[in-house]
Amino acid sequence: MRTNILIVGVGGQGTLLASRILGTLAVNKNLDCKLSEVHGMSQRGGSVVTNVKIADKVLSPIIGLGDADIILAFEQLEAIRYTNYLKKGGTIVVNTQQIMPMPVITGAREYPSNILEELDKRCGKLIAVDALEIAKEIGSVKSVNVVMIGALAKQLGISFDEIDNALKQTIKPALYELNKAALEKGYNI
Amino acid sequence: MAKKLMLGNEAIARGAYEAGVKVVSSYPGTPSTEISEIIAKYPEVYAEWAPNEKVATEVAVGASFAGVRSMACMKHVGVNVAADPLFTAAYTGVNGGMVMVAADDPGMHSSQNEQDSRFYARAAHVPMLEPSDSQEAKEFTKLAFELSEKYDTPVFVRTTTRLAHSQSFVEEEDRVEVPNKPYVKDITKYTMMPSSAIGRHLKVEARENQLKEDLNNGVWFNREEIRDTKLGVVCSGIVYQYVREALPDASIFKLGMVYPVAIEQIKAFASKVKRVIVIEELEPFFENQLKANGIKCDGKNLFTLQGEYSVSLIKERILGISQDVEKIDLPVRPPVMCAGCPHRGVFYILSKLKLTVSADIGCYTLGAVAPLSAVDSVVCMGASVGIAHGFEKALGRDQSKHTVAVIGDSTFIHSGITGLVNAVYNGSNMTLIILDNSTTGMTGHQQHPATGLTLKNTPAPILPLDDLVKTIGVKSLDIVDSYDLAEVERAVKEALNTDGVSVVIAKHPCALLKTYKAKPALSIENCKKCGMCLKIGCPAIYKQKDGSALINTSQCVGCGVCKQLCKFDAIKGGDAQ
Repeated sequence: MRTNILIVGVGGQGTLLASRILGTLAVNKNLDCKLSEVHGMSQRGGSVVTNVKIADKVLSPIIGLGDADIILAFEQLEAIRYTNYLKKGGTIVVNTQQIMPMPVITGAREYPSNILEELDKRCGKLIAVDALEIAKEIGSVKSVNVVMIGALAKQLGISFDEIDNALKQTIKPALYELNKAALEKGYNI
Repeated sequence: MAKKLMLGNEAIARGAYEAGVKVVSSYPGTPSTEISEIIAKYPEVYAEWAPNEKVATEVAVGASFAGVRSMACMKHVGVNVAADPLFTAAYTGVNGGMVMVAADDPGMHSSQNEQDSRFYARAAHVPMLEPSDSQEAKEFTKLAFELSEKYDTPVFVRTTTRLAHSQSFVEEEDRVEVPNKPYVKDITKYTMMPSSAIGRHLKVEARENQLKEDLNNGVWFNREEIRDTKLGVVCSGIVYQYVREALPDASIFKLGMVYPVAIEQIKAFASKVKRVIVIEELEPFFENQLKANGIKCDGKNLFTLQGEYSVSLIKERILGISQDVEKIDLPVRPPVMCAGCPHRGVFYILSKLKLTVSADIGCYTLGAVAPLSAVDSVVCMGASVGIAHGFEKALGRDQSKHTVAVIGDSTFIHSGITGLVNAVYNGSNMTLIILDNSTTGMTGHQQHPATGLTLKNTPAPILPLDDLVKTIGVKSLDIVDSYDLAEVERAVKEALNTDGVSVVIAKHPCALLKTYKAKPALSIENCKKCGMCLKIGCPAIYKQKDGSALINTSQCVGCGVCKQLCKFDAIKGGDAQ
């Protein structure tokens, strides 16, 4: 699982926790890993990017244009925004949830209607997940990020036990059982 | 030894802990905040939030004089505030080792400028180290304490956002307790008046010359990596990682100590390679020193002064390899005030009243963006008050009837209080709105003197902002609930029409606080499509294709601000206002 994963979404969707679970996974697999996060102003409902690089030796913590093996997108519009970072033939795992950005809220712009088709044209493999619906089913809308990590783990060819261990080591114990359910649902899509 | 993934900031905290630091004082600021939050968890370390960076630095200076290892952490613009004690602490030197962390923000992820802190090291004659990953962040912080004591000077550790907020592996070691050094009264060292400062200035020069000599004679923090000799790159910090990835064959001189610069070592490096290129974010700090010392090099003729560098940028500028980027026209997603943010309604009223608004640094800076678009100026922490007073003194009472300053509670305590003292003292007719959300919001909920808790989460006396304002001499003070639009409007109008200095405290806790009491989400029935509720820019309300508004129930916290704007009573739920 030597790989570059770009996690994109909207501030507040939990991209940081997602990257930390992957970091724990890299530790468990005894691989080098760097994570790069966004804190501060950009977190306030803005477009956020988290870089996860796992390899025998990682230098820059940032994934360059055309250098991501996988884009894990928590929101459709953010998925298409960062497709330039995907390697030719790379994989996009996208949450089909739509979160309206301010220009759409005010009516200045329309939310693009055909994002999934456009994404499909730009990648080797597209996995679309209705993670919000799944998270609602298990009674925890905040677990969208863990559903997505489950879906990603499957694509990475990681066993459920491995990703579940990483989740357990990363998350607060009180939240584990609920999120394990989210992880399982995401993994078994 | 345990190997752990750590943020650069966590590694700095760990390094200081292992180095036996005893006192840490800081003011939060992205990208430095986590250092102090993490170090506060170690019971062996006293750690506090100070009201601003000047005070934090003075506390660290005091602890150092007293004989223990101390640290003050801040973002780059915080160093401006701390500059006064810094420049003279460079003269006094230290007793216990003292480290200052300056966190720069190239690319301005969360800042109002992208100044380069390395010039502070040069200007104050304070050594500065810059790590390139979390492991170095830990090691350099420990070494900084040793250097501080060896050369009798405060020492800077400089980071940038990418270093501070990237995680990489760190090997933890045990803390080594450093015995307190005895404090001995010595006015020639600790009391800086002309007679003693003259002597200390000589010592500053002498120690810096000694450090330069030692630096040129040893490798220390700097590292020469000879590979292909066609190209030699001089760089430091996170840029080193970009260079290694972009130009894997290039020889590199990596500066760990960015001030003073080891010129003799770099001269020797330059003699081994055919061409030298300096790659550094922000200012040509190394480049100019190389050129002044006769080392031929390229630098900013190839690169930019602005923003962050990257592997792609270096490949493009050095190798001429550029990436085809498909331009897709998409709606932008700028940061916005959160659903339920108590600032939103206040800015709506300011916008409605078409006031000139001098704002300040914090979440409420976002009052500047559409659709609220309520802000005229933002400069630095605390500036809103002085700027509104300046407007009044320039243009008189006609102007001040249409001008307000807005400032958050934490920022007011940081450096707005003196502006208010000035306005009262100098007979201003100005209006200040304190947006009191009971926390330091933007940096992620840090305590401050008016929240009732310390950095260590122990109870503290609460600074009463209302009493403080009255004591300063403000005669007209109004306190309103930020969510109550009619009350906010009334209070602001009254304040503007009252002569003298008037203050409105608009109070409601941040909607992201754990103690915030969210109400059930609101909903819209029979929307008349008037668009009023969309004018407040709430991320939980959006316009559907048919023009009607919809509330996103997973985001709405039931604050009820939108409900007060709907003329048709179409917004249902929540409490009646």
